[in-house]
Amino acid sequence: MSSLSDFELSRRGMMVGTAIATTIPSLADAASPASIAETHTASVSFEVNGEPRQLELDARTTLLDALREHLHLTGTKKGCDHGQCGACTVIVDGRRINSCLTLAVMHEGAKVTTIEGLGAPGHLHPMQAAFVKHDGYQCGYCTPGQICSAVAVLDEIKAGIPSHVTADLMGAIEPTNMEMRERMSGNICRCGAYSNIAEAMAEVAGERA
Amino acid sequence: MKFDTPATTNPIDRLRVVGKATDRIEGPLKTTGTAHYAYERHDVVANPAYGFVVGAAIAKGRITALDLAAAKAAPGVLAIVTADTAGKLGKGDFNTARLLGGPEIEHYHQAIAVVVAETFEQARAAAALVRVEYAREKGAFDLAALRDSAPLAPGGGFNGSPETRVGDFEGAFAAAPVTLDATYSTPVQSHAMMEPHASMAVWDGDRLTIYTSNQMIAWGKGDVAKTLGLKPEQVRLVSPYIGGGFGGKLFVRSDALMAALGARAAGRPVKVALTRPLMFNNTTHRPATIQRIRLGATKDGKLTAIAHESWSGNLPGGDPETAVGQTRLLYAGANRMTAMRLAVLDLPEGNAMRAPGEAPGMMALEIAIDEMAEKLGMDPVEFRIRNDTQVDPEKPERPFSQRQFIRCLREGAERFGWARRAAKPGSVRDGRWMVGMGMAAGFRNHIPFKSAARVRLERDGRIVVETDMTDIGTGSYTIIAQTAAETMGVPLDRVEVRLGDSAFPVSCGSGGQFGAVNSTSGVYAACLKLRDAVAQKLGINSSDALFADGHVKAGNRSVDLTEAAREGPLTGEDGIEYGDLGKKYQQSTFAGHFVEAAVDAATGEIRVRRMLAVCAAGRILNPKSARSQVIGAMTMGVGAALMEELAVDTRFGFFVNHDLAGYEVPVHADIPHQEVIFLDEVDPMTSPMKAKGVGELGICGVGAAVANAVYNATGVRVRDYPVTLDKHLDRLPTLA
Ligand code: FES
Ligand code: FES
Repeated sequence: MSSLSDFELSRRGMMVGTAIATTIPSLADAASPASIAETHTASVSFEVNGEPRQLELDARTTLLDALREHLHLTGTKKGCDHGQCGACTVIVDGRRINSCLTLAVMHEGAKVTTIEGLGAPGHLHPMQAAFVKHDGYQCGYCTPGQICSAVAVLDEIKAGIPSHVTADLMGAIEPTNMEMRERMSGNICRCGAYSNIAEAMAEVAGERA
Repeated sequence: MKFDTPATTNPIDRLRVVGKATDRIEGPLKTTGTAHYAYERHDVVANPAYGFVVGAAIAKGRITALDLAAAKAAPGVLAIVTADTAGKLGKGDFNTARLLGGPEIEHYHQAIAVVVAETFEQARAAAALVRVEYAREKGAFDLAALRDSAPLAPGGGFNGSPETRVGDFEGAFAAAPVTLDATYSTPVQSHAMMEPHASMAVWDGDRLTIYTSNQMIAWGKGDVAKTLGLKPEQVRLVSPYIGGGFGGKLFVRSDALMAALGARAAGRPVKVALTRPLMFNNTTHRPATIQRIRLGATKDGKLTAIAHESWSGNLPGGDPETAVGQTRLLYAGANRMTAMRLAVLDLPEGNAMRAPGEAPGMMALEIAIDEMAEKLGMDPVEFRIRNDTQVDPEKPERPFSQRQFIRCLREGAERFGWARRAAKPGSVRDGRWMVGMGMAAGFRNHIPFKSAARVRLERDGRIVVETDMTDIGTGSYTIIAQTAAETMGVPLDRVEVRLGDSAFPVSCGSGGQFGAVNSTSGVYAACLKLRDAVAQKLGINSSDALFADGHVKAGNRSVDLTEAAREGPLTGEDGIEYGDLGKKYQQSTFAGHFVEAAVDAATGEIRVRRMLAVCAAGRILNPKSARSQVIGAMTMGVGAALMEELAVDTRFGFFVNHDLAGYEVPVHADIPHQEVIFLDEVDPMTSPMKAKGVGELGICGVGAAVANAVYNATGVRVRDYPVTLDKHLDRLPTLA
């Protein structure tokens, strides 16, 4: 295959500076099938924000796209679509996950909570209210993921699940600034609202304690 | 409204709403996920098709063959558009490279096709079946290799002068008893905003609406029209929420064009988001720089000679990174020169990123100043203060409108506990950590920019503001509402703000930290027009009327404002335009940035422990969101100092680490509590709002403050950003 030979040539650096005819599949996957005959669909039922939902989906649909494109719950954001940013964080069966890294059909019977399930304008969840009060956001795009993560992080700390910075694995874990920052580090905020998010979380953690 | 004489007392000075720390009015929407971004407009289009962009796999050369058969035959595929089938396309005024490549390829990951299908999964799968043959050509990808041959950059516009000279730099430098001659480098950086570039295009006959994510609506509308060969009035852009821009969404990008072409071909609305791995090479970036700085001073620390030269690269027809601009204005010194040289590189298009010019320029200049202070045996704060100037050093007859630079430094030093800093680097330990403090100046110019708005008093007493201004996280919604509430004398919750629609009056848009002051000044002007209409309706002489507490008062009369709209809404439309106050007075913003850093004595790992910025930037319209702008910029400054770098493959001409795992940006664990202080300042030379901007001031200088703190901790100077541990590890003091 010419694509393969090009790849090998490239690796040896021999093509540099030369004009040469090359074939490169657009997604650089020399093994991609020559054609796709049909789209495989599957059905899945789960509960989203307390409501039972049933979907017939292309089996490749991520949980993120099931929420955004099929259920029109666009509060959950797509920042990278491959587990590097946290914008897609939702809470599934009590645990936060990156919804872009999991297929919707893997969640038969699950209970999914999205940002829309935490609160609504006029009825904000305490964490949402704290984000508003402490200006824990700017453009707002990472924000639903930050808030879902923040809610789950405080639950994780309360449940005694340790993190990389937990000093004492035997005692109760305190929601310290460093403990929260460590656990939130999978949620990127390019606007840089971190310092304010930490304050919003501290306020909610303090009220809980 | 023409603003050509300094502002006097006006309704904004009441400061009942403006100047108060105010929660963002769109906060409940953003925190509940109910603010809809470009890709999420299920509310306006029920069933769009999905477009997936294919990017070129070479940096320079030609497509020799394109085989679309398998892709076209894939399930769900509705259309594929390439340069062959797109029809004749123009190039936008603000684009350097074309947004759709082929057959000629100008840079790696330049869009070459959009595959449109019923679903996202189908479009993505079909895009993988597009087969392309290329003839690869030799390109230039290595800035350092081209340094010696790079010619002077083009001047004009935002570029300024490519070469400036005052006095006799060479003579003064040769004669100076203390000198510094050092070269610094800053890498390619990426905006990496969290919302990928995204657009949904809807055709209605020959009229096109694009729901998009764009900072500059009027520029975008013009460039979409130009690219597609339409009249501007055939194009509408809508962009009410923007998930971050930082300059990366100043211009129309391929998502918008490919959505428009895909929608036209498929005969239905199409939405396109650039995938994260495509963004870094497909869109723009902050170009890398090499900067040489030479300083000469007297023994008692007076600068006598200042030279700053910068090299950057761009595609043919592109602009330089204007890294020397601040050096013309920041410090006194009789003999000075600057120069910008520009190499032709076949890398993706370089363009504006948050504080273009100053951000990388200050990263170099403010290390140089730190190095010079050390050579002189002076405290870096005192050295900067000694070289303050209250006038434009190139044109001494031209004063700064406001310059509280010294106060920023003194108050910052006081607040930060600068007196506790050990002047001798590498001398403070805290357990395994070497600890240091560093500081730098912050400097960024104010830019006057015309801006218009329409304001309506509705029958129910609400005030509705419409302008094509955008809110990219900057807080525009809220400061515009504050401005209208203040001027019309109503509470904030009676104001509704509609932004980001090209159907509205043309604003300054968001960029260059010029958005806040100019857009609110435009809204203020429109409100004055509305006040005239209200007064006339109520039979009150408008110059006597006082608008307060929801009433219009004149003499003994007090009428509910709503009365004026009883027979129907009243509208005021106007804008702000500027005379030459910006020429007579240099209008700039200032800061002192202070950082404490710790370096692991064994591993060289760097942690930022404390950060403070003291800013003087005119009237602060909303201290809450302004503070957020500054801490966000400080965060990006930490990224620039310690981790951000798009690595260039100089053989094949692309950015290698083109995703968020490879291009590292600061995360929660990297950023400590940040403190920001705004000095009291009103600047009547800028506008009726007496404000300037802060969103870029916050990043200018931070990188150097971090680097200087790391140096103070270790005694090892790193001049190539980012300051990563591999660059100082082998020179760290040996472990005891
Ligand atoms: S979108 Fe899922 S982690 Fe980025
Ligand atoms: S608020 Fe913009 S990325 Fe976090």
